[in-house]
Amino acid sequence: MPEAGALSEFAVELRDVSKVFGDIVAVDHVSMGIRHNEFFALLGPSGCGKTTSLRIIAGFERPTSGEVYIDNKPMGNTPPFQRNVNTVFQSYALFPHMTVEQNISFGLEMKGVSKAEIARRVGEVLELVRLPHMAKRYPRQMSGGQQQRVALARALVNRPKVLLLDEPLGALDAKLRKEMQIELKTLQREVGITFIFVTHDQEEALSMSDRIAVFSKGKVLQIGTPLEIYERPTSRFVADFIGETNFLTGRVTQVDGEFAQITTNGGATFRGRAMPGVRAGIEATLSVRPEKVQLVEQPDDSVNCYEVVVRSIAYVGSDTRVVVMLGENRIDVWEQNTISTLDPNYFFKPGERAWLTFKPENALVLAE
Amino acid sequence: MAKILRVLREQPGIRLAGLMAPGAFWLSVFFLVPLLIMAWISFLSRDPLGFPTPPLTLQNYWEIIRDIRFAPSISLADGLAIRLFEGLYLELFWRSIWLSLLSTVITLLIAFPVALFMARLPPRYRNLALFLVMIPFWTNFLVRTYALQFMLRSNGPINTLLRALGLEPIELLFTPTAVMLGLVYGNLPFMILPLYTSLEKFDWTMIEAAHDLGADTLRAFQRVMLPLISPGLLAGSILTFVPAIGAYITVELMGGGRTNMIGYAIAQQFSASVNWPFGSAMSLLMMIIVTFAAVLYFRSGRGEYRNAI
Ligand SMILES: Nc1ncnc2c1ncn2[C@@H]1O[C@H](COP(=O)(O)OP(=O)(O)O)[C@@H](O)[C@H]1O
Ligand SMILES: [Mg+2]
Repeated sequence: MPEAGALSEFAVELRDVSKVFGDIVAVDHVSMGIRHNEFFALLGPSGCGKTTSLRIIAGFERPTSGEVYIDNKPMGNTPPFQRNVNTVFQSYALFPHMTVEQNISFGLEMKGVSKAEIARRVGEVLELVRLPHMAKRYPRQMSGGQQQRVALARALVNRPKVLLLDEPLGALDAKLRKEMQIELKTLQREVGITFIFVTHDQEEALSMSDRIAVFSKGKVLQIGTPLEIYERPTSRFVADFIGETNFLTGRVTQVDGEFAQITTNGGATFRGRAMPGVRAGIEATLSVRPEKVQLVEQPDDSVNCYEVVVRSIAYVGSDTRVVVMLGENRIDVWEQNTISTLDPNYFFKPGERAWLTFKPENALVLAE
Repeated sequence: MAKILRVLREQPGIRLAGLMAPGAFWLSVFFLVPLLIMAWISFLSRDPLGFPTPPLTLQNYWEIIRDIRFAPSISLADGLAIRLFEGLYLELFWRSIWLSLLSTVITLLIAFPVALFMARLPPRYRNLALFLVMIPFWTNFLVRTYALQFMLRSNGPINTLLRALGLEPIELLFTPTAVMLGLVYGNLPFMILPLYTSLEKFDWTMIEAAHDLGADTLRAFQRVMLPLISPGLLAGSILTFVPAIGAYITVELMGGGRTNMIGYAIAQQFSASVNWPFGSAMSLLMMIIVTFAAVLYFRSGRGEYRNAI
């Protein structure tokens, strides 16, 4: 819900922002708009420019070109201490010489908030992050998870327009991480602040975000909801980075409306959704997720049906993971175990023949 | 033997005492015992040659404070000076402390940018910079002070340059300015090194965090950087102040004895004036005053600072 007076649908907008360090292009012509009260993830492998983008928004780095708008105002040379954003640093960056309480009060003191008001708000935010009895502790006397919450409280107490979080859960162990993911998401809904969240963990991004921007080598490849990013990746990189998928390369033989036909190097022809940029005659990649492929004993008359040889089978409880060979091409198939059985002959065996099939709408033909 | 080892293992107190014993022993021999001897001498009388001899007396201390009178005055002679009391030794003590403090502040103001610059260098240049700071130690301090004296002479390089530029030569040597210059020059590395150590360890994300929370540069410095580098700041200040207040060579060679300071005055009592008991009394009194002031200063430090130490 945009605040009264806000002219833009965006809390933060990057317009054609680049950042060059020497001969490294850390951020390469990035444009994106983060909506009010959105949980927005910057996702990508290490070194792809996520932190740099966040630091540009916070004001710690000046973009080499392009402009950042916060609440529709161009930031120009506005220093970090005059931007209505707060950061939760990757290393937390808690002040070691101050208690939890003093750390959290710091931002309010800088704004000249009255002592009574500070005490009230610090108490409130400590409740919010569930550390009310820790006010007098020093950061070094706390666990990583607790420090993480203090860092969060120290930023939230200022009620910023936007909260920037740089891999805030990166230093936590797996179990705590899962708990904090849920907690953070709940917190974001409660406080109603825009969160921009950096992570290299695709599962984390998918489960927490309203929208995700996928980064690669300084560029934003795709922005979309978790559903869009997973089900309709527009590039080979995104399809590969998010979840598991099978790739078959070949040449596009035909495009009709939403669908395209691709003949793979092995000679098989498949139909899938034509993604942007797909034209007849170009080299392209067919992408189909393992859970969207079925194995059957008899061929049916559907388009994407070819005979394969079963190479290996792994039973993992919820599903069975099968590797099959289509000529030279390896294809992974995940069959959900929808029937409870102890019959060892129920499923295919290595070396057996089978037919694979998937619906054209479940596969993508990617131009890049 | 095994029994001794077991006792040591089971009694941490004894083990700690054992570990501290050698250090405590040598500290006693070379520090505590001479100090006690000096304290003892300060209560003795002076024989005709100036050496200590019984009987015990408080005369030496009385000598120092005897002429202190209440005499408020304001003078503009050398800077603004407001005095409540007058007294020969009172003024000597006061001037020594004041000059030493001033030299510490000036040294700090010069050393801080240098240490900051060094700490911000790429790591591979830092050792080179450290090396450059330490080079002067390879030359004897006395020789360096003579060199400084030569620089300031009326026909030395500075005045030669001034004359060449058609300017009036200035009388630098044997002035309070020269003493100050000598003190700052001599103590600079002792300020730079501890400051550098603190600054090099300093995590600059702290400054970003402070900015992020709305602190401008000055307040980020005051509230975050200063407390976190205060160990280096304090160590450097002590390492500068203490040698300054005891300075002898600098006062003699740069001040020509005209700008008297307590260290120089004490040395006089053990040489030219030959009055060991009186010299001891002055030493001890100075030590007590400085220690007392230092303790008060540290105790008054704000919570944030104390915690950083
Ligand atoms: N201050 C800097 N100086 C030089 N290169 C930098 C600097 N900051 C980041 N980089 C480079 O920019 C690229 C992107 O870095 P970063 O934004 O930290 O990536 P991420 O957070 O996605 O891992 C990397 O190649 C990194 O080495
Ligand atoms: Mg990063």
